[in-house]
Amino acid sequence: MVAVLTRIFGVHNLALAEDVVQDAFCRALEVWSFRGVPENPSAWLMATAKNRALDVLRRERTAQTYEPELSRFLQSEWTLAPVVEEMFTENAIKDDQLRMMFSCCHPRLPEETQVMLILHILCGFSLNEVASAFVTSHSAVEKRIPRAKKVLAGSKRLFDTHAPSDFSARLPAVQRALYLLFNEGYHGASAEVAVRAELCQEAMRLATLLLQHPLGTIPTSYALSALMCLNKARLPARLDASGKLNSLFDQDRSLWDQKLVGEGLQLLDLSAKGSKLSEYHLEAAIAAAHATAPSLQATNWQEIVCLYDILITIRPTPIVALNRAIAVGQLGGPESGLTELRAIADPERLAKYPFYHAAFGEFELQGGRPSIARERFCTALELSRNPIERQFFGKRIEACEHGPLTRDTSRIT
Amino acid sequence: MSDFTYLYRGRDTNASPEQMQKRMEKWRAWFKQLGENGHLKDIGHPLEGSGKVVNGKQKTVIDGPFAEAKDVVGGFSLIQARDLEQAVELSKDCPILDVGGSVEVRPIQVINM
Repeated sequence: MVAVLTRIFGVHNLALAEDVVQDAFCRALEVWSFRGVPENPSAWLMATAKNRALDVLRRERTAQTYEPELSRFLQSEWTLAPVVEEMFTENAIKDDQLRMMFSCCHPRLPEETQVMLILHILCGFSLNEVASAFVTSHSAVEKRIPRAKKVLAGSKRLFDTHAPSDFSARLPAVQRALYLLFNEGYHGASAEVAVRAELCQEAMRLATLLLQHPLGTIPTSYALSALMCLNKARLPARLDASGKLNSLFDQDRSLWDQKLVGEGLQLLDLSAKGSKLSEYHLEAAIAAAHATAPSLQATNWQEIVCLYDILITIRPTPIVALNRAIAVGQLGGPESGLTELRAIADPERLAKYPFYHAAFGEFELQGGRPSIARERFCTALELSRNPIERQFFGKRIEACEHGPLTRDTSRIT
Repeated sequence: MSDFTYLYRGRDTNASPEQMQKRMEKWRAWFKQLGENGHLKDIGHPLEGSGKVVNGKQKTVIDGPFAEAKDVVGGFSLIQARDLEQAVELSKDCPILDVGGSVEVRPIQVINM
């Protein structure tokens, strides 16, 4: 809704748009408290916001400057209502969300701030909720978001999603932001929960919007959506009924969402066009290799290692290197896994990451050195970020003491 | 049984949609309970935050009320209770109190003839 209203009021009036939405919510909730919730609450909200927008526009017709191409219509009472009406139709809303998404990915903003803005403006997260999504303090978010909004306001107008060259130039930043949003939900460092499905859900929703835009329908967008579907399909097994984290190796594969796997594979097919091989293609292909393997043993580790080999040339990060080392270990045995782990460039960047130490632990345990493995898991335990991780590493320490019950639980997720 | 009005004052506008939704559910639950126990004569209405105030003999009309948000009446209900004491007791579960608002409990005047 903020996206629609920002289109009407202009990006420099983002705060006004937010006030209108907030006001619409307040009214809705007050009336619903007395009268009960209507059958179609979102339509009701939209209608309320629309009427509030009209009020504001009438009241401040001369005082404000709106989006240049719209001010003409908004200044006349004859065209005001129909124009606003038009903007609240479903297609216009989708368009506006896309426009807002691109505006949020302003090149002057750091990637993390872009994602925060998307969460706040497009997904309706309060500052508190954004802070907890990013495991940062409320006051930090309280500083960053207003500052970021100023940057947006400074650009005077919303991003024009119909200008092909601008669109293509900013598309990678938008894709990256959605990728980060998804990952934050999938294995973010939240204090209470290991997986926040609602972040994944929002990322997938916005990625679908990209695919509905003629300029966004390109192979990398398909690959991004494929990657999200294929990973999300495994979520039901990743956390079991008691909220316990299960690594890929322990997951009950019958819980994987086969419908989503199917969708993901279809999207992956659609992404296989053109000459550009992106990191999303590779990650989606890796996810597909896992999702289609009937069992851990029957997984095509050779292929997965190959994919990681290419991925690491495109995105040479320690996390990619870590996952690659784990895959190499699965293919060539624990000793080769350990060799790869030790060969990771700048390991200090992984020093605080519990699953880095856990990966060492797994291979040491498989290699028949439970006491060294135990030490590694103890380090991981000390670094764990939520009770679910703590419980997970606790179990691994027990395994070192009593001999391995399940053979492997390192984390390729 | 006597009749009372509850005048709700105060409004919290800084809540996230999710928080607001929780608050609404509390209101629904509270009203439901009042109704089930036969205390809700008329659920009443929420009121717009401002309107006009007509004043004195001159009948001057001004925008208003210009009071602090916490002092503006945001809604009313008609309540049935044994006595003022019970009406006050029932009002203590009102969700408006959670956001620092208030409930004014006023007996409706009756003269038995």
